[in-house]
Amino acid sequence: MKSKTMGAKAYRIFSLIVITIIAIGFAFPLYWIITGSFKTSMAINAPSPQWWPQEWVSTNYEKLFSRQTAPLWELAIPFTKKVFAGPVVPAAVRWLINTVFMAVVSMFLTCFTAAMAGYALAKKRFIGRSVVFTLIVCAMALPKQVILIPLLREMSALKLYNTIWAVIFPIVGWPFGIFLIKQFAEGIPTEMMEAAKIDGANEWKTFVSVAYPMIKPGVGALAIFTFINSWNDYFMQLIMLSSTSNLTISLGIAKLQAENATDFGLIMAGAALAAVPIIIVFLAFQKYFTKGITMGAVKG
Amino acid sequence: MSTKSRMSKALVRRETIAGYAFMLPSLIFFLGFVIYPMIQCIITSFFDSTMNREDIFVGFGNYIELFQDKVFLGALRNTIIIVLVSVPVVCIFSLWVSSVIQNLRGPLCSVFRCVFYLPVVTGSVAVTVVWKWMFNNYYGIFNYVGKATGLIEQNINWLGDEKYALGCIILILLTTSVGQPIVLYVSALDNVDQSLVEAAEVDGATRLQCFWKIKWPQIKPTTLYILVITTINSFQCFALIQLLTSGGPNHSTDTIMYYIYHTAFKLYRYGYGNAMGVVLALAIAILSGIQFKLAKSE
Repeated sequence: MKSKTMGAKAYRIFSLIVITIIAIGFAFPLYWIITGSFKTSMAINAPSPQWWPQEWVSTNYEKLFSRQTAPLWELAIPFTKKVFAGPVVPAAVRWLINTVFMAVVSMFLTCFTAAMAGYALAKKRFIGRSVVFTLIVCAMALPKQVILIPLLREMSALKLYNTIWAVIFPIVGWPFGIFLIKQFAEGIPTEMMEAAKIDGANEWKTFVSVAYPMIKPGVGALAIFTFINSWNDYFMQLIMLSSTSNLTISLGIAKLQAENATDFGLIMAGAALAAVPIIIVFLAFQKYFTKGITMGAVKG
Repeated sequence: MSTKSRMSKALVRRETIAGYAFMLPSLIFFLGFVIYPMIQCIITSFFDSTMNREDIFVGFGNYIELFQDKVFLGALRNTIIIVLVSVPVVCIFSLWVSSVIQNLRGPLCSVFRCVFYLPVVTGSVAVTVVWKWMFNNYYGIFNYVGKATGLIEQNINWLGDEKYALGCIILILLTTSVGQPIVLYVSALDNVDQSLVEAAEVDGATRLQCFWKIKWPQIKPTTLYILVITTINSFQCFALIQLLTSGGPNHSTDTIMYYIYHTAFKLYRYGYGNAMGVVLALAIAILSGIQFKLAKSE
């Protein structure tokens, strides 16, 4: 072991203590959401806060689930006015289902389209390739909220306004995924693809059996990245969705807050309902997620 | 390049067809829901456009009005303040945290990384509503802790006071922005060539010299990326403002992003809002360009 000077050691210990304190501050809001959601309204409105709830109650959740109702699902048949509605459930349950549906569909569509496009950009030498790539990089640098007004009018024209698809399609269109997969696909050895071609595999087969297994870690990273980001993408949801039964969980809490600004117990129950599932997903797939973040940055 | 001339025409055609076939599903969404609205945004910014009426061409009218609009200029000022404060703080803080936690043993490093990432994963709405409670005038813990420790004498209406509101927003924004930079810096520092550092230490370099001469050049590309994404994120700060203050009190926390939303969805002035969007996009493009230039020239 190298001997470190006393000063360096003291600096390290001091920094670690400070960072630990700050880290506690970072975790505190989440702690406050979860404990707050189980507190009585007395405890919440008390002049001095209860750092640990003296009495645990579920009234906030009961209130959350009894406020409004919505059908569990609504399946509209395209080009007709027919709608199949499910049994009536608390609106919060419907919001969760909407959010899960939106995040899962965005995830699959993004991974599917981006895997193929990223592979083509990295490995196919086609005419106009650099133009497409430049367009993608430029679009990525722009804030996506800039396009919200035209996007809203486009969705109205397509009769998609106030449907979950109006939120999903722009997420899928966002080119970060293509960029990420391209980074992974560049590592595919060209010899392997040529070998597959000599064996008589067509383009699609080469992609599925040679390229896809190699970009799989990238697709995994992209999947978890898209899932979490679309779950939390409040802005697009706010603009595109309006009726109670079409809201997502984020919008639902925002609405709760707008309607009962000081019922903090109820609002925290809603916040917990939105945050806890996504945090569990994050912790379970943390490794892929970290990879996605760092891979996207290489050659930024 | 020589590879191109070696490829026969038939091969180029086949590659092009295959390339676009693979790109097609992606391009439909990308062109349809990103590029097309971008073009529309630029076009409509030259029109007076609202609901249920034909657009009227006004040339640069929207842009001229923009720079005479006091609220817009205030929003621009707030946005610049947010960017100027949050970008350096995020970069320096995350570099410091990463350099300390990077060589922790066992799972500790990843525990810290997770904790600093928590506010991002929790989601902007859940984070915002809990902070709104903590900042609350009567029931918030900030006032309680402040009074208990003697830092403040009476309750402060944090979000309702022009003096504090923007500062509170920046504080929350900081907690939701350092997660990604820390992950990036830890991985960049892990990739620094350890043998170089050891050689320098043997030669008697101080820790500071080690950092500036060996580590810094190697993590510079990461720093540039972090600068760019943090700038873009700070410019886009929206959910916080919409849920906490709605731009108030007295427009003191308006940002461009929030004002665009306000113009489009409260005043229904689409053309004017689009003109702001174009200005915002240009500002970001120019700033990113400057950051790239600076990084290159060093």
